[in-house]
Amino acid sequence: MSGVDLPILLPEIILALYAMAALLIAVYGGKDKLAGVLTWTTAILFVALAGVVATRNGVGSIAYDGLFIDDAFARFAKVVILVSAAGVLIMGHDHAVRRGLGHFEYPILATLAVIGMMVMVSSGDLMTLYMGLELQSLALYVMTAIRRDNLKSTEAGLKYFVLGALSSGLLLYGASLVYGYAGTTLYSGILSTLGGEVPLGLLFGLVFVLAGMAFKVSAAPFHMWTPDVYEGAPTPVTAFLATAPKVAAMALIARVAQDAFGAIPGDWGQVLAAFAVVSMFWGAIAAIGQTDIKRLMAYSSIAHMGFALVGLASGTVGGVQAMLIYMAIYVTMNLGTFAFILSMERDGQPVTDIASLNMFSKTAPLKALALLVLLFSLAGVPPMLGFFGKYYVLKAAVDGGMVWLAIAGAVASVIGAYYYLRVVFFMYFGSQVAKLDSRMSSVQWVMLVAVAVIMLIGVVNLFGIEAPAMAAAEALLG
Amino acid sequence: MVGLEHYLTVAAALFVIGIFGIFLNRKNVIVILMSIELMLLAVNINFVAFSSYSGDLVGQVFTMFVLTVAAAEAAIGLAILVVFFRNRGTIDVEDVNVMKG
Repeated sequence: MSGVDLPILLPEIILALYAMAALLIAVYGGKDKLAGVLTWTTAILFVALAGVVATRNGVGSIAYDGLFIDDAFARFAKVVILVSAAGVLIMGHDHAVRRGLGHFEYPILATLAVIGMMVMVSSGDLMTLYMGLELQSLALYVMTAIRRDNLKSTEAGLKYFVLGALSSGLLLYGASLVYGYAGTTLYSGILSTLGGEVPLGLLFGLVFVLAGMAFKVSAAPFHMWTPDVYEGAPTPVTAFLATAPKVAAMALIARVAQDAFGAIPGDWGQVLAAFAVVSMFWGAIAAIGQTDIKRLMAYSSIAHMGFALVGLASGTVGGVQAMLIYMAIYVTMNLGTFAFILSMERDGQPVTDIASLNMFSKTAPLKALALLVLLFSLAGVPPMLGFFGKYYVLKAAVDGGMVWLAIAGAVASVIGAYYYLRVVFFMYFGSQVAKLDSRMSSVQWVMLVAVAVIMLIGVVNLFGIEAPAMAAAEALLG
Repeated sequence: MVGLEHYLTVAAALFVIGIFGIFLNRKNVIVILMSIELMLLAVNINFVAFSSYSGDLVGQVFTMFVLTVAAAEAAIGLAILVVFFRNRGTIDVEDVNVMKG
């Protein structure tokens, strides 16, 4: 049986072998001198594997008696994860080298995290879920604390570790209750053995599992770690944290909710709807007073996760499709925005003050314009792509009979628009302060401008993302 | 006769002690690491109890995975704690406060 199953896991196996080989080669053959080569090799490998995964077709294959599932849903999430991880790696490299962070461990840890994410989105069993989640989390803890001689970075790593371990504990406790009351850890078997009434213990387990996963997507009320970790982590790592892991964890929630508990959508739908409302409002309101752009992005990501959860909470095919489209757009926007944040500096020192952007449009009109487009898109202003992401999730909520949730989402997005527009106001109408330099590598510049252009021309047909997202959603629910 | 519910009660108690250890402890980060370990072991008791009760081995397999991951987690946690100590010179919980959040 394992001979048949191995090809299904081939992308993950290749990545794991690559990570181990790269570690050995780097340790014995040059250490940090190889950081640049490794970063680019890793990014190219990610993109190549994304191509391999994307061209796989046909119905889902199941490996190892249901432990591992490779269907259209997993493929869609994996492509987004791999491409965004590759983008973050290459755009962060220049920044890392200039700040003395060109460690060879960085691309290797990113590879390990990506393997974890790929296992998460393909999980068909609580054991696979846990192993994938931990592989991802452990790599991310180390990446956060990678600036070893810096107090903020290590403190961020410590906080992330403690709260992350707590969330894994909650998730595991939930998993043990689910196992105890359902008698199996396979998603496909959890509800099938029960006749009619769902035992209270199983519902308890479901809530614990959802709470543990909400930590990983930084949905309020489990978001406490996000602002500190985003602020303290080196900026390339922050960019990484804001993209691929969010997609993986969101896809994991969809997988557990629909595959394992799809028969009782009312029970988890309420919980997810509650997370969604709290996240959207807390993300919008708490961001208003922020002065640091990385903290602002943290609250922004909390609010965005709320919107993605709105799609999931509706529990329909359209809802899952909306969530996937939303996450793809969200990741793209964040790539562009972080390409800019990575380039912010004054007198050779990185700055992250929002106030330092005062009158930036005078210094660099094109970059300011690109950032303006991205911030409008993040806020959800109509002509940009970000609006369509919000439109899809809110429409899914209305179609799923949760009109109140859609109204709450619309109100929260109006509140949230304020703090994005405040940044734009500073750039165009602020008062003159010490000038901000924006020294960009060509990769960052291309990323910023390309994403801004995508935000504008994607309006035409969303780059045809709807159809694959629909196929993915149908594969999950079907 | 010691039945399933006794094991579950012990595990639940240990788990709650672990959570309280993380949130109420104002002294030392090492205690937090111990609390995390306590939570994971409580989960293991749950798994083994359910596994033995239902005569299904999957729970014990899961326990093996949890034990392994817990060891890796403790190693990484201690490593991060050591680099933090080098920068801050203390591991009091009250001093983990450069950023307010």
